Amino acid sequence: MDKFTTLTGLAAPLDRANIDTDAIIPKQFLKSIKRTGFGPYLFDEWRYLDHGEPEMDCTNRPRNPDFVLNQQRYQGAQVLLARDNFGCGSSREHAPWALLDFGIRVIIAPSFADIFFNNCFKNGILPIILPADQVDALFTAVSATPGYELTVDLEQQTISAADGTSYTFDVDPFRKHCLLNGLDDIGLTLEKVEQIKAYEELKKKETPWLFRG
Amino acid sequence: MKQTLYDKLWDSHVVSQNDDGTCLLYIDRQLLHEVTSPQAFEGLRLAGRKPWRIDANLAVPDHNVPTANRAAGISDPVSRLQVDTLDQNCREFGITQFGMDDPRQGIVHVIGPEQGATLPGMTIVCGDSHTATHGAFGALAHGIGTSEVEHVLATQCLIQKKSKSMLVEVEGELPAGLTAKDIVLAIIGRIGTAGGTGYTIEFGGSAIRALSMEGRMTVCNMAIEAGARAGLIAVDDTTIDYVKGRPYAPGAEHWEQAVASWKQLKSDPGAEFNRVVRIDARDLQPQVTWGTSPEMVVTINDKVPNPENETDPTKREGMKAALKYMGLEADTPIRDIQPEIVFIGSCTNGRIEDMRAAAAVARGRKVAANIKQALVVPGSGLVKQQAEQEGLDKIFIAAGFEWRDPGCSMCLAMNNDRLKPGERCASTSNRNFEGRQGQGGRTHLVSPAMAAAAAVTGHFIDVRELEVL
Ligand code: SF4
Repeated sequence: MDKFTTLTGLAAPLDRANIDTDAIIPKQFLKSIKRTGFGPYLFDEWRYLDHGEPEMDCTNRPRNPDFVLNQQRYQGAQVLLARDNFGCGSSREHAPWALLDFGIRVIIAPSFADIFFNNCFKNGILPIILPADQVDALFTAVSATPGYELTVDLEQQTISAADGTSYTFDVDPFRKHCLLNGLDDIGLTLEKVEQIKAYEELKKKETPWLFRG
Repeated sequence: MKQTLYDKLWDSHVVSQNDDGTCLLYIDRQLLHEVTSPQAFEGLRLAGRKPWRIDANLAVPDHNVPTANRAAGISDPVSRLQVDTLDQNCREFGITQFGMDDPRQGIVHVIGPEQGATLPGMTIVCGDSHTATHGAFGALAHGIGTSEVEHVLATQCLIQKKSKSMLVEVEGELPAGLTAKDIVLAIIGRIGTAGGTGYTIEFGGSAIRALSMEGRMTVCNMAIEAGARAGLIAVDDTTIDYVKGRPYAPGAEHWEQAVASWKQLKSDPGAEFNRVVRIDARDLQPQVTWGTSPEMVVTINDKVPNPENETDPTKREGMKAALKYMGLEADTPIRDIQPEIVFIGSCTNGRIEDMRAAAAVARGRKVAANIKQALVVPGSGLVKQQAEQEGLDKIFIAAGFEWRDPGCSMCLAMNNDRLKPGERCASTSNRNFEGRQGQGGRTHLVSPAMAAAAAVTGHFIDVRELEVL
């Protein structure tokens, strides 16, 4: 996993609540057995006017001019502003994979769905929860100012912009540590092999029917 | 200290705990399917790791499988590759799989309980958000992402933090003709799709206790649609009777010991929850969703809501967008809405009881002329067998429904069963998101009885108005 320390990037607004993972990456793309290459199909049904299929070349597909991420001013965005309950629905990790592949490293919203929130951290994306009024203010600033960039500092837990905007955010200390250092969870857990084995020995006595092998 | 059921399940699975409350939680069962596992197996291979405990895993292809003419195989090469990849991975790592031709094949959340692979007191995970289903057994079950699937394969553990707890108490007798689906849609309508975010929900009360295991699974299945990763129901005799004798259930040598421990799996009287919601079952009416989120739900006797009456601007815009997508006018009576497609199936409503409920309405009737297709897709091969033994397939076919092979089918339309743009569907599945059942498709979530009633009348109707023939 890539480390996340600080980032200064263009922000793009996605002004809609309850954006589900089916919208982030529609099911036909879940047929891939790879982790990469989902970026061109991010928000496929909103982004293009035709129907997307896996492995399609997207360069000449008709774009939906009304979809915000298609606007010239938001090309290259790395920070996504969203509304409540972002990432609800299916547990598909293809959703953060698609966002990452598209270039998004930070998502700011008043709330996230649990599984999606968790999946982001596993892939080097930082989801940030801010109070609704601060998210509102960011939506206003981003819409009003072409090229509006945000600087996110994970160590300091701050978000700032050239116009003097500055907010702090909370992040779980363990997740912060993993993200700052790009740590692999499995490696960390395997440091506890002895504890896992001891647990299993205990449970084989207490609940033997759970161990059939 | 008085403990909730959630506390008990959590405490009995903690392997280690960090100062910040992050725990290493032991996982008793992992269910695998073809969509969210290939990258996990690939990760394992790349790191040169082996599964920690092969016997804790059970795999089945369900999302991509065809529900008609299965002998011909999967026509879409991308889908086929995914199913073949699961085959290969299971063979390489020695994991039990019910392949596409196995009579036990079915939707992962239907086969787990059916096989007794889902047991009270377990922790259960699957790379699928509807893993919440298994909580109906007093098991802590939740959906995980693919990185976590790999983590569980490699370590038999997950890194987790305990969530808050919510009790949803549904008291009173459910009116005849209503089902578990109506209960859970009403709950989601009440607390909202994000109402359960950060919580594990325990469903309790006399109306929940009165449900069969099938009904309880329907309720827990949709906990995720209320934002909760896990739903729970206390163990009682209904649970234990269901589990007894199933292939993966404890045999005679451990049965008494298992039952004794399962009987502890309920919240202590007076245990505290972070939030309590009470619902009176006697007030409920059949539920129908009108929008593109499961919380956009009303009763059959209501009208499509009017966004102008909504004061919150984000919500109002969301309602307008939903109406536009759904092709509906505000204030239209729900019973005037005419679906063209009917889908009965999914891990929410693809079990035998659901087949029976739909067949009871279909018996002696015909699918209405305006219905282009009415699909019945049993949740597993064994559900299909059972239904055929009861003659339900004949009832459906005589009425003009199609009787299919088991799989996820039109719940998410990864196989060939899908809505065309603009098509409107009465569906017993769990998500009415944009494009969920096919790009541009419009989904109304209902119970199996309500879906069958819509099929035979051509519009939504209170199933209680139809006489059972
Ligand atoms: S039936 Fe639908 S919700 Fe259930 S596992 Fe399959 S796709 Fe997911």
